[in-house]
Amino acid sequence: MAGTAPPPVARPRANLPDRAFGATLTALGGGVFVVAGVIVLELSKVSGSSVTKMGLWHFITGSEWDPVRDLYGALPFIYGTLVTSGLSLLLAVPASLGLALFLTQMAPARLRSLISFPIGLLAGIPSVVFGLWGLFVLAPILRHDVEPWLSRTLGFLPFFRGPPIGLGYLAAGVILAIMILPTITTIAIEVLETVPGPLREAALALGATRWETIRISVLPHARAGIVGAVILGLGRALGETMAVTMVIGNSPTISASLFAPGYSLPAVIANEFAEAGGMQTSALAALGLILFGVTLLLNVVARILVRMSRKGPSR
Amino acid sequence: MLNLLLGAAILINGAGATFPFPIYSKWFSDYNKAHPEVQINYQSIGSGGGIKQITERTLDFGASDAPMNDEEMAKAPGIQHIPTVMGADVIIFNLPGVTELRLTPETLAGIFLGKIVKWNDPALTADNPKARLPDMPIAVAHRSDGSGTTYVFTDYLSKASPAWKAGPGTGKSVSWPTGLGGKGNEGVTGLVKQNEGGIGYVELAYANQNKLTVAELKNKDGQWVKPTLESISAAAAGVELPEDYRVSITDAKGAAAWPIAAFTYLLVYRDQADQEKGDALLHFLWWAAHEGQKTASALDYAPLPQPVVRKIEQTLRRMTVAGKAVLASGK
Repeated sequence: MAGTAPPPVARPRANLPDRAFGATLTALGGGVFVVAGVIVLELSKVSGSSVTKMGLWHFITGSEWDPVRDLYGALPFIYGTLVTSGLSLLLAVPASLGLALFLTQMAPARLRSLISFPIGLLAGIPSVVFGLWGLFVLAPILRHDVEPWLSRTLGFLPFFRGPPIGLGYLAAGVILAIMILPTITTIAIEVLETVPGPLREAALALGATRWETIRISVLPHARAGIVGAVILGLGRALGETMAVTMVIGNSPTISASLFAPGYSLPAVIANEFAEAGGMQTSALAALGLILFGVTLLLNVVARILVRMSRKGPSR
Repeated sequence: MLNLLLGAAILINGAGATFPFPIYSKWFSDYNKAHPEVQINYQSIGSGGGIKQITERTLDFGASDAPMNDEEMAKAPGIQHIPTVMGADVIIFNLPGVTELRLTPETLAGIFLGKIVKWNDPALTADNPKARLPDMPIAVAHRSDGSGTTYVFTDYLSKASPAWKAGPGTGKSVSWPTGLGGKGNEGVTGLVKQNEGGIGYVELAYANQNKLTVAELKNKDGQWVKPTLESISAAAAGVELPEDYRVSITDAKGAAAWPIAAFTYLLVYRDQADQEKGDALLHFLWWAAHEGQKTASALDYAPLPQPVVRKIEQTLRRMTVAGKAVLASGK
């Protein structure tokens, strides 16, 4: 990188338009922090009364959600958010990466544009359509075919037990996987395209097979970008509201079985906020703050992952 | 439109409940045709939002399905509830080959408490000797979003069953002992239609418009009743109305009364500050209680019974604009 940087030029004194432009950009950039700060501040202010009433620790670890008696615990929602997002990554990441590798490394150029088009289209479908599809098409398939089959073959695991309802963690995870697949695939394709041709050619010249080429020269170079793609997908999965609430069953319970109905943080906020009042509003704001925290935490972890993978690529 | 351009229109803003939105938008458009100088805007943002905004006086009127509670009333001194129309919850179910189902308060509460879990439970078969109730698990569906529909339903269950009152209680969202949550009437209907053995509650208007099969209930007088606009109006007739109209008409007396009925309200201040707007608003409320009622049934809302209309007339006559009564003599 250092070799390609332009030689330092003696900068003439910036004139007024330049300075104004610089100031505008700085203000816009700083605006992001201001907005984030105001959100946190406002949420903290509103959530104060419920968190004080329940106690912070009890609010986070409690599993009761009873607006009639003003008892609030966030654990079922945190659990549901993490389980469905995790499940969606588990399903979507291998598929997206495989697709991106196939399209950039193996497929003929014409096939590539043919397949990229519907992927892009998938990204543009509104989430309520995914939700409806999940409710009317996916859930019956899960209920009648997939879940009975899973419990027959893998029923010894606690994740695949219980009555097949169709709506629940599994349905939400699958829907989310479909929704984040285009995000991860598209970015992964962009990243894989930046791998310099000579790098691959060198590996091929050394007698590496196609898979070995991908493994030793393509993937290490693209690792940071791919992690970034996965993080963007995860961000979408964590915050998805409409599609999830339509298929997750909306029951604030915690169960190991993926067949069971659950709830997620964005879903309960969207469901209850409009008609909430008093303490309930405050508790929902606290859930928003927790969601904010979870997203922030995962972003920080992702940054660390990206940095680690930058240090150790292609020796 | 012309009035808007000329700046002559009196613009009245309101927001709140989603349930009466279809009839309100019809009323506002009808009223505007009859009185072109008055333009009424309404946003169906939910009862909670309507109460919040009228409390902060950012609107000219609010709208709510559930009456405001004492805490909310204390924050909005001088607020008046005006009933506009009535609605009801009905019980929908999905049992292959069964088109008629009778439920008592006890069995209904038992099902939603998760105590009665099979359709061939003796408590259910005893009331339904003719129907062939299958040996099938009951799949309960309820609303996942906070709603007036849930408030009315849980209000009824709290009256019908001590166990419900001591358990989940009454609210726009409650802690459900069993079942899946669906968003909106359409979400609950979807859950019930998809699951054989499903049962849920939706608004009568929604059930009628979608031709859903509904259950009969045993009312307070021990009669089996079907949910109709007449049986809903009958529920209001059997209740003594207080001055603020904040009254529950679930589990009402009367042989014909449907037990899960409720008023929906407009929320206005008893003394209107703005001369023009206040005047127009009071005249509109008068119109809604009379001419407006005629359009109610066509949109599947139950019209207010005559005694209630008489009482509203008294209330409206007592309301003032800048300290002066408007409707006192003329009407």
